[in-house]
Amino acid sequence: MIPHDMPTSRELVESVREWLERDVLTGTTGRLQFHARVAINVLAMVERELDAGAVQAATHQARLDQLGCADEAELAARIRSGELDERADEVRELVWASVRDKLSVANPKYLAGS
Amino acid sequence: MSAPPVDRLAGQLAGQLAGVVGAASVTDVVRLSGGASRETWRFVADGRPLILQRQRSGDGRDMGVEASVLRAAGAAGMPVAQVIASGTGDDSPLGASFMVMTAVEGETIARKILRDDEYAEARTMLPAQLGAALAQLHAIPVDTAPGLVEQDQIEYYRTVMDTLGQPHPTFELAFRWLEQHRPVSPRQAIVHGDFRLGNVIVGPDGLRAVLDWELAHLGDPMEDLGWLCVKAWRFGSPKPVAGVGDYQQLFDAYEAAGGATVDPDEARWWEVLGTLKWGIMCILQCNAHMSGFSRSHELAAIGRRVCENEHDLFLALEGRW
Repeated sequence: MIPHDMPTSRELVESVREWLERDVLTGTTGRLQFHARVAINVLAMVERELDAGAVQAATHQARLDQLGCADEAELAARIRSGELDERADEVRELVWASVRDKLSVANPKYLAGS
Repeated sequence: MSAPPVDRLAGQLAGQLAGVVGAASVTDVVRLSGGASRETWRFVADGRPLILQRQRSGDGRDMGVEASVLRAAGAAGMPVAQVIASGTGDDSPLGASFMVMTAVEGETIARKILRDDEYAEARTMLPAQLGAALAQLHAIPVDTAPGLVEQDQIEYYRTVMDTLGQPHPTFELAFRWLEQHRPVSPRQAIVHGDFRLGNVIVGPDGLRAVLDWELAHLGDPMEDLGWLCVKAWRFGSPKPVAGVGDYQQLFDAYEAAGGATVDPDEARWWEVLGTLKWGIMCILQCNAHMSGFSRSHELAAIGRRVCENEHDLFLALEGRW
């Protein structure tokens, strides 16, 4: 349980993003407007991560467990050493699933377009 | 009131540049960009617009090699800016390695080249022009520009990844595929190293000049063709070659202009390596922010683009593992 009052951190981020969209984007041009757009994208990404974060963390950990790896570093090292070659299809399927999870937060349009 | 530092620098530079290019007057000295390793200035010498690129003082890289590659490319008929003067070392007339080139007018921003009506005709010509330019580059004898080195790209980027300390399982899968499918190629050529939209000047009439030669090296010429097809360099366009053409258009133009016969599988191998490289470069760009070298939310956000490249690697390798 957190001790903070409303709004939640997600709602705070959302409020700043809405202000950027409503006032800053329309009141700027050129480079400043481009950087405002980048900021909007960054905040929207944070909102998606706050929404999906806990579920994605659990799913990712379950995938690592299935391969008997404590973390990404161990998985990367065991792929490099060839230790997991016999389970190559399974490894690729699980790693790709986590990549899709990352994209669904970072850039869902990219995922939809490919 | 004291002048801002850039103005003072410009004033000082004008005097030095007049000597370097042998001009009676140098005016309109403007800094276009100041990157991490070099700065670019535009100026007018006796009415002629020129570009200066100057290495940061103390930067080890030798711009003299780059100048000789650029001269050789021009001599081979490739569309490039003409080198007017160059110098190397911190004791050069400009206090650092430098090159002065002719200013070529036109557009470098990829999204404008790919979308603006002004470049509609250019887009139809670019696949063939880019292929022909690469064929011209790769026909230059490799000893024309002494000082160029061959670098094993897999070894180099593995070392970069290990130094970064952010292991990525997808990249390890890709490295293994690349090692197991490496083309056996005895071919060696001068490779541009960063040949794509963003690094070329385009006018309504098509390709005008190939820029940014600082990554030139010796290697398999297919590296340049593969890099040109990496998805990031399509800037959202569905067409695989620089966002303007199809593979066969590029390969046909390359071969017609005297380039070696292209094996599409070999070109694809280099495209996969290029996708991996751009993924690692995203981590590097994010690191420029994280390390405090250049604090920027834009650079920070690039760190979250790594997974786009991971996804592209899976798409490219599906059915090829």
